[in-house]
Amino acid sequence: MIYVVFGFLVWAAGWVLNVYLANGKHADRLTMQIAIPLIFGVTILLTWEFFVIGFQVNPVFLPRPTDIVVRMAEELPRLWADFFQTIVKGALTGYVLGGLAAFAVAILADRSEFLTRGVLPVGSFMAALPIVGIAPIFVKWFGSDWESKAAVVAVMVFFPILVNIVAGLRDTTTMQRDLMRTYGAGYWPTLIKLRLPAAMPFILNGMKIATTLALIGAIVAEFFGSPTVGMGFRISTSFGQLALDMVWAEIVVAAIAGSAFYGIVTLIERGVTFWHPSQR
Amino acid sequence: MKSILPVLTVILAVLLIWVVAVVPMNIHLTADQAQRDGLVVTPDTAIARQEFSGIGLAIKNPRLIPLTYVGKRPNLPSPHQIATEIYDTVFGKKITSKRSLVYHGWVTLAPTLLGFVIGTVLGIILAVGIVFSRVMDKSVMPWAIVSQTIPILALAPMIIVVLGAAGVQGVLPKSIIAAYLSFFPVVVGMVKGLRSPDAMQLDLLRTYNASNNQGYWKLRLPSSTPYLFASLKIGISASLIGTIVAELPTGAKAGFGARMLVGDQYGQPILAWAALFAAAITAAALVGIISMIERGTLRQMGMKST
Repeated sequence: MIYVVFGFLVWAAGWVLNVYLANGKHADRLTMQIAIPLIFGVTILLTWEFFVIGFQVNPVFLPRPTDIVVRMAEELPRLWADFFQTIVKGALTGYVLGGLAAFAVAILADRSEFLTRGVLPVGSFMAALPIVGIAPIFVKWFGSDWESKAAVVAVMVFFPILVNIVAGLRDTTTMQRDLMRTYGAGYWPTLIKLRLPAAMPFILNGMKIATTLALIGAIVAEFFGSPTVGMGFRISTSFGQLALDMVWAEIVVAAIAGSAFYGIVTLIERGVTFWHPSQR
Repeated sequence: MKSILPVLTVILAVLLIWVVAVVPMNIHLTADQAQRDGLVVTPDTAIARQEFSGIGLAIKNPRLIPLTYVGKRPNLPSPHQIATEIYDTVFGKKITSKRSLVYHGWVTLAPTLLGFVIGTVLGIILAVGIVFSRVMDKSVMPWAIVSQTIPILALAPMIIVVLGAAGVQGVLPKSIIAAYLSFFPVVVGMVKGLRSPDAMQLDLLRTYNASNNQGYWKLRLPSSTPYLFASLKIGISASLIGTIVAELPTGAKAGFGARMLVGDQYGQPILAWAALFAAAITAAALVGIISMIERGTLRQMGMKST
């Protein structure tokens, strides 16, 4: 019972500290911008730890954060193998394939105004659909190894990226295009020197949305058949063995991988679209 | 209105590619079946046929091409088979029947809508909290944004089972997933919307001696409406996807997700495809309804809808 009290105390202490920091003089400094959410996160983890001990929660329902960390340290090689199978082979391959396909289709559609007007609504419609549902079908078509996961991911990321490229390519003003024409630039020089760079904020935005989709696709597709390695496989089998700490370990890996993937694309965005108002 | 023709063209092109693709995708299965039925097929063993690509085999056996469109268990069903299946299971069966797609649709739709409402309400409450409290803003907002990059959806089936083991059953577990998925888009959109009035407008209200509360009801809330609707559209499709994924590998007995899995595992691909398309139509209808409400509301409020 003492642990429950501890939990409440930690919660209160974290909250008071954050109130003090957030209303303090230096609240807008970068260190504070990082410290405050960090304190919030640590407070939640500690409260979780103390409550689980205090209320004697069955670890089958909710393991302690320390259990999860210990498990992660023990199972590092296996987690790495799962990560490689699912994220690198499945998600990344599919992401690149889907992105390239979207780019090719967007450039094709771009040649005619008529096609652009058709592709845009159809693409954004498709982007809102539950495409993950094709996972069982694709696992049957392409086998249970990473190829089927890459295919699912490719289809899932295709539409958001396509829509953003097509929309981005329209984002130049008549004045800008006229200027290119006075320089005597044809279709391709205009595309490469003006319209593609101008479309970059849109394209990178589509790529950012697609990162999460890629991970979801790769993990969910593994629920329908996989070799004996992979994050989705590990989640569902560990779950069957009631090894919830392992499930949580995979969740942590997925969270880190997801944030890192997103972060990398954001960094690329910052480099490519440094001229855009949102980056300055 | 002027984009109807281009849209139809694109849809037609996709259908055409699909219809053509049906032949090479199914020709091997069709050839095996045709041989069992006593037709002459070249080459005459299944192993020899594996040497050929789908297109090659179709050229060698042009008589088999029509049969690829009517197979019972095709690799890739043709569009008309799916359309027929949807029509049969929507209009041809009693709604209470386990084989009616309307029944399965409702099983999926009910938790989606319930979860969507819960998620939206909680999201708006949190957004208001974030806009009014510096502490909430600084401590919660970064996590709300980071959580968007985490593939939570992949865990939906597990959450269902944990909740089921804890005694929570029925509509609620799936609703929790749906609520979770629609929650964050609403939070992020609402925060953006509640902050959208610029300094000049806020200052104007201050010169009127308006209190914080009045500023909220008369300026911040109305100007957040377009942002709210944009988030709702993302939220409702996220909710539906969440419910379907939650149904997929958990051995759920009913719902679109269960239909997709059952159809696939018991060798009835047409059934799985029909469920997939029915889910797509449902998603489109939900987003369409919200768009309509959006247009009406914004017109009433004198704002231009986007």
